[in-house]
Amino acid sequence: MLSVKNLIDIDDLSIRDVEIIMENADTFNEVLERDLKKVPVLRGKTIINMFFEPSTRTRISFEIAAKRLSADIINFTSSTSSMKKGESVVDTIKTIKSMIADLLIIRHSDSGVVNFISRYIDLPIINAGDGKHQHPTQALLDLYTIKKSFGNFRGLSVAITGDILNSRVARSDILLFKKMGMDVSVVSAPMLLPEDISHYGVRIHGCIDDVIKDTDVLYMLRMQFERQDRKYYPSIKEYNRFLELDEKRLNKMKKNSLVMHPGPVNRGIEISESVMNLESSMLEKIKVNEQVRNGVAVRMALIYLILTKE
Amino acid sequence: MKEKALILNEADIDRILKRIAHEILEKNKGSKNLVFIGIRKRGVPLAERIAKNIRELEGTDIDTGKLDITFYRDDVAKRVTPDVEITDIPFAIDGKDVILVDDVLFTGRTIRASLDAITDFGRPRTIQLVVLIDRGHRELPIRADYVGKNIPTSLNESIEVSLIETDDKDSVKIYAED
Repeated sequence: MLSVKNLIDIDDLSIRDVEIIMENADTFNEVLERDLKKVPVLRGKTIINMFFEPSTRTRISFEIAAKRLSADIINFTSSTSSMKKGESVVDTIKTIKSMIADLLIIRHSDSGVVNFISRYIDLPIINAGDGKHQHPTQALLDLYTIKKSFGNFRGLSVAITGDILNSRVARSDILLFKKMGMDVSVVSAPMLLPEDISHYGVRIHGCIDDVIKDTDVLYMLRMQFERQDRKYYPSIKEYNRFLELDEKRLNKMKKNSLVMHPGPVNRGIEISESVMNLESSMLEKIKVNEQVRNGVAVRMALIYLILTKE
Repeated sequence: MKEKALILNEADIDRILKRIAHEILEKNKGSKNLVFIGIRKRGVPLAERIAKNIRELEGTDIDTGKLDITFYRDDVAKRVTPDVEITDIPFAIDGKDVILVDDVLFTGRTIRASLDAITDFGRPRTIQLVVLIDRGHRELPIRADYVGKNIPTSLNESIEVSLIETDDKDSVKIYAED
């Protein structure tokens, strides 16, 4: 049983919590392989998907996860709600709570909003990504993808590349990977690193070539143009030179190593067009689609564990 | 809880599982259309042992699966999150005679959940139930087709089934409240 009733920050979870989520994800993965991909375990539970920021894969992933557990899920989108009439976030959520929900899943473009809401609402909450702060379920599905390939975590080396500064995925991944005993480094340029990067205890490199031969997992972040209020990088060409995965670099990677990306991939920026279109055995290294698939099993496990907690 | 009696020992269990294998073959006129599904946790080794007995009698291999019914229980929210194990039914059950195996038949709620779970996997021709012990006190209209031993119990007693595969010994004991 989990030690927490909310998941807002990766640091909320103990190592045992993470292991429980991983074990349960295996059982839900089996459910997803059945012809009838649905179990009745959460019949009668109501989940509200509150997305104050656009999302495709995370929102749909939570929705599919809830439906496959037989819970009722309601999608709330801020652009078509009374928030347009000026209702505050907390009032909006109190209104929804009065309709008796069992779990809130919240995505917001501002860091810290999910934590703020949790102080006003006495309902379990899952953070589906808040600003530049965290995206804990992405980190859990990334960890699960690594577990399925390697079986364990301790001592594995992971290099996280690209836009660390604007990435909530990077913050959650670094915390979770380090918690589970992995060796984490970041590959980026000074203007794409947060000022407090030294607190994370990671090694810093400037070019993918520094790590490509030795890393077990190459985790490529998306350039987050929508969060960049100014130009952080001189040119795409320069980004490509230091941080893009092309075929030449892919071929230097270790046997059994993986390439991961939270999606959506900017083709020709983080990963070259030719690598994305590969149809050779090298394709097995690229786990982008498997991450999305594993996301459903991991989110089913998390929702199940939170809603069956006493 | 204190031990009241040893009801079955290793040799008894062995004889019962051989007898049940014969009964299944008699009722189904052979083993051609049979598949076995054991309910986790102790139904699984029982199913495997009966399937092995049938293999020795008929010389045919029989598919044997494992079913975890946690997600189908009607009391999930009331209990501490139970250990969930992976369901593994790597064969089609459509049109088959499914032999469902569990260790103890009590209220019938586990079997009710199992029937729901199995029907999510397909449409068998029949589902037949094997239990090692039937202790009575049914809360649902469910009965077993093959019973190892009927043990009338009171509600303050409990039955402990141990199997070599899960508990390092074969025995069935009855315990009573102090």
